[in-house]
Amino acid sequence: MSEIAADAHDDHHDYHPSGLWRWVTTTNHKDIGTLYLWLAMIMFFIGGAMALVIRTELFSPGLQFVDPQFFNSMTTLHALVMIFGVVMPAFTGLANWQIPLMVGATDMALPRLNNWSFWILPFAFTMLLSTLFMDGGGPAGGWTLYPPLTLQTGDALPFVIFSIHFMGMSSIMGAINVIATIINMRAPGMHMMKMPLFVWTWLITAFLLIAVMPVLAGGVTMLLTDKFFGTSFFNAAGGGDPVMFQHIFWFFGHPEVYILILPSFGVVSSILPTFSRKPLFGYSSMVYATASIAFLSFVVWAHHMFTVGMPLAGELFFMFATMLIAVPTGVKVFNWVATMWRGSMTFETPMLFAIGFIIMFTIGGFSGLMLAIVPADFQYHDSYFVVAHFHYVLVPGSIFAIMAAVYYWLPKWTGNHYPERLGKWHFWLSTIFVNLTFFPMHFVGLAGMPRRIPDYALQFADYNMLASVGAFGFGFAQLLFLYIVLVTIRGGEKATDRVWEGAEGLEWTLPSPPPYHSFTTPPVIR
Amino acid sequence: MNHPHRRTAIRLAAVCVLMLGFSYALVPLYDALCDLTGLSGSTGNLTQAAPAAPKTGTAIERQVTLQFVANVDRSMPWDIRPDQFEMKVQPGQTYQTVFHAYNRTARPMTGQAVPSVAPQMAAPHLIKQECFCFTSQPLEAGERVEMPLIFRVSERLPETIETLTLSYTFFDVSQTSGTQSS
Repeated sequence: MSEIAADAHDDHHDYHPSGLWRWVTTTNHKDIGTLYLWLAMIMFFIGGAMALVIRTELFSPGLQFVDPQFFNSMTTLHALVMIFGVVMPAFTGLANWQIPLMVGATDMALPRLNNWSFWILPFAFTMLLSTLFMDGGGPAGGWTLYPPLTLQTGDALPFVIFSIHFMGMSSIMGAINVIATIINMRAPGMHMMKMPLFVWTWLITAFLLIAVMPVLAGGVTMLLTDKFFGTSFFNAAGGGDPVMFQHIFWFFGHPEVYILILPSFGVVSSILPTFSRKPLFGYSSMVYATASIAFLSFVVWAHHMFTVGMPLAGELFFMFATMLIAVPTGVKVFNWVATMWRGSMTFETPMLFAIGFIIMFTIGGFSGLMLAIVPADFQYHDSYFVVAHFHYVLVPGSIFAIMAAVYYWLPKWTGNHYPERLGKWHFWLSTIFVNLTFFPMHFVGLAGMPRRIPDYALQFADYNMLASVGAFGFGFAQLLFLYIVLVTIRGGEKATDRVWEGAEGLEWTLPSPPPYHSFTTPPVIR
Repeated sequence: MNHPHRRTAIRLAAVCVLMLGFSYALVPLYDALCDLTGLSGSTGNLTQAAPAAPKTGTAIERQVTLQFVANVDRSMPWDIRPDQFEMKVQPGQTYQTVFHAYNRTARPMTGQAVPSVAPQMAAPHLIKQECFCFTSQPLEAGERVEMPLIFRVSERLPETIETLTLSYTFFDVSQTSGTQSS
């Protein structure tokens, strides 16, 4: 482990550029974590503005504000921005800040790679968003990029594909960094089965990223060569098959949804013991459950495409494999509830978001089980029920977990407590409006409203109006979040080293805020 | 510098390259799987070993209806039609029919047919002994041609299937096969 001490002494150790240049050249995990989190915050408001364009158009039946082509590029870009620009960078930012602090490392294993993997992203998203101003408009074939529809995109197509390549490279480099840090840089005595669950879930997520991001890259490259270089991977005229794209895409896409949720499991598993003042219930079963979910995620992809026409045996296999995932997920939910059971609980903002996560993520999990049932899926497929399902697992799921993490660790990062009363306001406004937005979508979906349309039949009008009101409420509540983060950075009640009365773990042994270079001598683990 | 880190990073990067290769390997894998299962309506090859020859005398009075459909791709200015739109066939017997193709344009073109069988479960049981599918069909300006199809339906066709549809879609492959006009 002698290399640990050596890592901190890069040749430019004493060189501290200031201003903008500091952020461009930084190789410090805390700086890069901050950059990732701010990128996610900015993209969150951009993607949110796109969602509000969608909800404005859907406020009442008929076409009134935007034309259908632009509406479709809003749904496509909203998804790409929220997935690749908000949830993934936010989790990578949390990983950058927390993993070295939690395993007692000086920094990430590959600091320069770390700088590069962040700085690719602003270019990728500039390129992606610039497609809105190109001939033929932005991509409008849905974020799943199914051919042949997506091949009808105008000038935007190669830019969208290259930006996806960039995002993929960034994620892969981030994942390599996370794995190298966790494998090689744990402090002496930090055995694998002693690692905090956030570290474990991120380790497994990083392996998922490395396994599937190249598959997405391959799939979109095939789209590119089909469009511009005369190949026929997905072109029936040349003996190709468009359905094959769906298989390739969802072979990436299903592990991807676990990439978007597994780190949240880690966040919630860190927060609940602190505010229940009890150790996490069933630590090792949590680790094994996470690993089983990750493994199963590779053999369930075709449940996204039950309606393309598959042999009965295939549909049954994918149905049962999908339902099997409910078992390890159920283990996790059980363990979280058991952690809270008879704990001396307090309800600070991070705890509120964590409990909100458990309840609302479970709602999304159950609607996922409904979608896994093949005969029922033929009814639900491509309806608003699907939209309700994945927004329940992504908004009050992943996004709430990210917010919980920010409230939980912000006093550690900044040295200041956030205003607790405002935090609670933020939680309750978000929770009320998120349910007002997405719960009615279950009903209109079951009644037959298709997704990705700018207009709808009159009978869906009332619920859509409610959803739009909810979306605007949720959107404006997030300005409060931005305000809270800003005032906490600028000042506030000073936080102690431990910050929370019940907090356990290496990061709480450091001062708040931690020094720029922490754990330059490895900590001793009891 | 940090050797364990570099080693870890190189190994993980190798996994990435492998997975990129895997995404391309999915293409032949998918084709192989489709041929095996008749997924996406792909039909058996000409060379495919025919199921056991019909046992004379045991031929039950089973008749199935075989429908023929011919379409052209949006950008394909040919007229294609089957000689007969429907045939009553006995499983196990060999039949012959033709499709008519006419190049309406004033330039030589090359077309190619892609077959599909519905329902999917029937796809492996339609055995084509001679077929114009997957071979390029060049036609001079205004030329007409008859394209023969020799086939039989296997006796192993599930009892529940009474009607099969064999559909051909013609695509313009003049660009790729080099018979471009001018």
